[in-house]
Amino acid sequence: MMGRYIIRILRRKREEDKSYWQDFEYELNSPGDTVASALRNINSREDLKDASGNKAEPVIWESSCMQQKCGACAMVINGRPGLACGTKLAGFKKPVVKVEPLRKFPVIADLMTDRSILYENLKTLRIWLECDAELSREDIDRAFEASECIQCGCCLEVCPNFYCGGTFFGMNGVPLANRLLTESDRAEYEKAASEYKKHIFNGCGKSLACRDICPRGIDTEKMMVNANALAVWKRRKK
Amino acid sequence: MKSDMEQISNLSGYVNIVGAGISGLSAAITLASSGIRCNLISSMPSERAQSVLAEGGINAALDNMGEGDSPEEHFADTMRGGCYLETESCIHGLTKGAPDIINELARFGVPFTREDNKIIQRPFGGQKKRRTCYSKSSTGKMIMTALIDVVRKYESEGLVVRYPDHVLTGADIKEGILNFVTVKSRMTGDVIVLPGPAVICCGGLNGFFEGFTTGTTQNTGDCAAILFNEGVEFANLEFIQYHPTTVAIADKRMLISEAARGEGGRLYIERGGEPWYFMEEKYPESGNLMPRDVVSREMFKVMRDPSLGGTVYLDMREISKSCWKNKLSDLREEIRSYLLVDPAVTPVPVAPGIHFFMGGIRVDDGHRTNIKGLYAAGECASKYHGANRLGGNSMLAAVYGGKTAAESVIKDAGVLSGILNIQEIGKADHSDPVYDADTILSGSVRNILIRGLGIIRDEDSITSAIDELGKLYKEGMHDIDLKRIKLAEAMLMCARERKESRGAHVRSDYPDTLDDYKKTTCCSMNNGKIIITMQDPLKERR
Ligand SMILES: Cc1cc2nc3c(=O)[nH]c(=O)nc-3n(C[C@H](O)[C@H](O)[C@H](O)COP(=O)(O)OP(=O)(O)OC[C@H]3O[C@@H](n4cnc5c(N)ncnc54)[C@H](O)[C@@H]3O)c2cc1C
Ligand code: FES
Repeated sequence: MMGRYIIRILRRKREEDKSYWQDFEYELNSPGDTVASALRNINSREDLKDASGNKAEPVIWESSCMQQKCGACAMVINGRPGLACGTKLAGFKKPVVKVEPLRKFPVIADLMTDRSILYENLKTLRIWLECDAELSREDIDRAFEASECIQCGCCLEVCPNFYCGGTFFGMNGVPLANRLLTESDRAEYEKAASEYKKHIFNGCGKSLACRDICPRGIDTEKMMVNANALAVWKRRKK
Repeated sequence: MKSDMEQISNLSGYVNIVGAGISGLSAAITLASSGIRCNLISSMPSERAQSVLAEGGINAALDNMGEGDSPEEHFADTMRGGCYLETESCIHGLTKGAPDIINELARFGVPFTREDNKIIQRPFGGQKKRRTCYSKSSTGKMIMTALIDVVRKYESEGLVVRYPDHVLTGADIKEGILNFVTVKSRMTGDVIVLPGPAVICCGGLNGFFEGFTTGTTQNTGDCAAILFNEGVEFANLEFIQYHPTTVAIADKRMLISEAARGEGGRLYIERGGEPWYFMEEKYPESGNLMPRDVVSREMFKVMRDPSLGGTVYLDMREISKSCWKNKLSDLREEIRSYLLVDPAVTPVPVAPGIHFFMGGIRVDDGHRTNIKGLYAAGECASKYHGANRLGGNSMLAAVYGGKTAAESVIKDAGVLSGILNIQEIGKADHSDPVYDADTILSGSVRNILIRGLGIIRDEDSITSAIDELGKLYKEGMHDIDLKRIKLAEAMLMCARERKESRGAHVRSDYPDTLDDYKKTTCCSMNNGKIIITMQDPLKERR
């Protein structure tokens, strides 16, 4: 749908402030325009005003690749987590699009959140190779898919069991665990397997809420089944 | 006299790497594996660095295709592609080191596409042999994932300390020596002082052309602008690579990897209602796989010819089903999703777009800058690519350059620990919100640069761009905005100074390549003035 859109943004200057909604108008320039296009356009306006004509501050948000390949711009759009640069405005039925920061992570300001817990958890999980990789022909595709995770956090946003600082780490470490376990003999991974069991296997309620959410289309269910087989059931890599 | 080991361990904890893409990670791995603790600073985590976008592949003369390839041939292609503007010694180092780099990446678990367990190699522009190793069309992402995991292990051992949401805000340089850098957290606003030598790996100058490049918004160019204004010498800023096959999508130009042509894609324009495969007719030997500067220039010419169709198409219809499936499935998906056409069925309209910066911080073969204690590697450094980079050589240069720069830090440990005033890493006594460059002003700078630094340039357009830039200076403007304008001016001045055509720098008023200009365009700031000189390519700083 072309025409005028309202971008309704949940804002706050600092974490401790109360958040409020602010509307901005955005004229759709082309059917390819995304939520990121609108945010960029809003921030490039001289004397920025909101839809009611009040003076407004530029919107704080993060972006990098603008091509759904880096995870920087993850946010909640009309109630669903996704990438701003991959969410086309024309795809929505109504011309009012609500944009909020991810809710599972501390808000820095406006749409920018602190996702550092993702990286801390990967360290606890000991996500690194302990020995040289050995890839057979069949492993290549699996390792490829497992290496695609962009650490955006969307899968954690929808997970009923994940919260920041909890013992359950959620899905974001699973593809990478797959990579390690696929690429080398699991005997080296006693410690990693035990962390995996503690922080992923034991806490996952199998709600599979993360199944259709990955913006890179990673098959989370397949990843989980495979990582469980290798790490928990100790099925040796063929 | 302290022993070498003692001098090296003195540096531990005091080496700062600014940028955590391929080159920054490579430098960190080299230092950490030698037991030197380093700080790895980046405005965002590595997963968001531009390197994850690299698609088509990385070059090394493995000769896995049995064509008799060798590092010498890789050397010859790189020198010729770059129009002989580099030192032979550094290209020898790069091309000889390449096979080991690929083997190391494979050990780190990069899932290179293979056949019969051998890494297979595809043809890329400007190269006579199939030399480009790849992971489908997501090579950069695959390499980054593997390198990030290696660095994570060093993080857990305390050998790499990440500052993953920090931008560079200053570099304290006095009497030609770097004392410390300051970085600021984008989350808390805290400013941290990091003493010691620094390896700059901050990527290309995309931020000067926001919305018009294939790269990321994260590489703002602020880091380069700060260093330039502190007296760091830059080189060859006029050489900007326009990639032949890009498409405008919302907010940027999307790259269609050279792999598409490597695997059989062909360029045409309509002539008298029929497709004319102009590259194949004009360059029968290499056709669509001529170096990028040549292809972009030819496209520019045919697109402006009123007797032709106006739009150039990339015709990928002859790529086989199995090739789409095994080698380019991700590229096909991307084109389908953004352009709503299936490239296996419908030719895609393409145009040249800004893609890579051959120019940057001037370094010697050891990646030393003109400032003691300051090194640079990756796309922010001007090294290896001369006047035009060959596809697949920049990821290679990023891995090799990061490693070489880190090795130089280790070699220089004696000098560095002697001259550097090592103090505690500390928080500065102030914190303030991060200032992002003025977007409206940046837009004006970009529009001026695009007018002055198009695919084909001349004295008048460059000079009028310089004049227009001059009008943007205002009383009381923010420091970073001022610094950005200075670096932009330097880019234009480099382009004006090179009165010839070579590689990616094409002057309609000076169409010939001249021996007198087989030199590096050097630029630096001195007392607020930009100085440009032409000098020989730099092998070693003394
Ligand atoms: C779409 C695309 C496709 C490509 N395909 C290929 C290919 O197939 N083969 C090939 O060889 N090359 C390719 N390239 C080029 C290649 O990817 C890059 O040249 C290379 O990855 C650069 O790596 P780098 O480490 O120098 O920088 P980057 O990966 O750009 O990383 C820069 C780092 O610096 C940090 N940074 C930037 N500014 C600041 C600041 N002010 N303060 C603190 N930190 C900062 C960023 O956070 C980031 O961590 C491609 C490039 C693009 C854009
Ligand atoms: S900006 Fe990279 S995923 Fe949106």
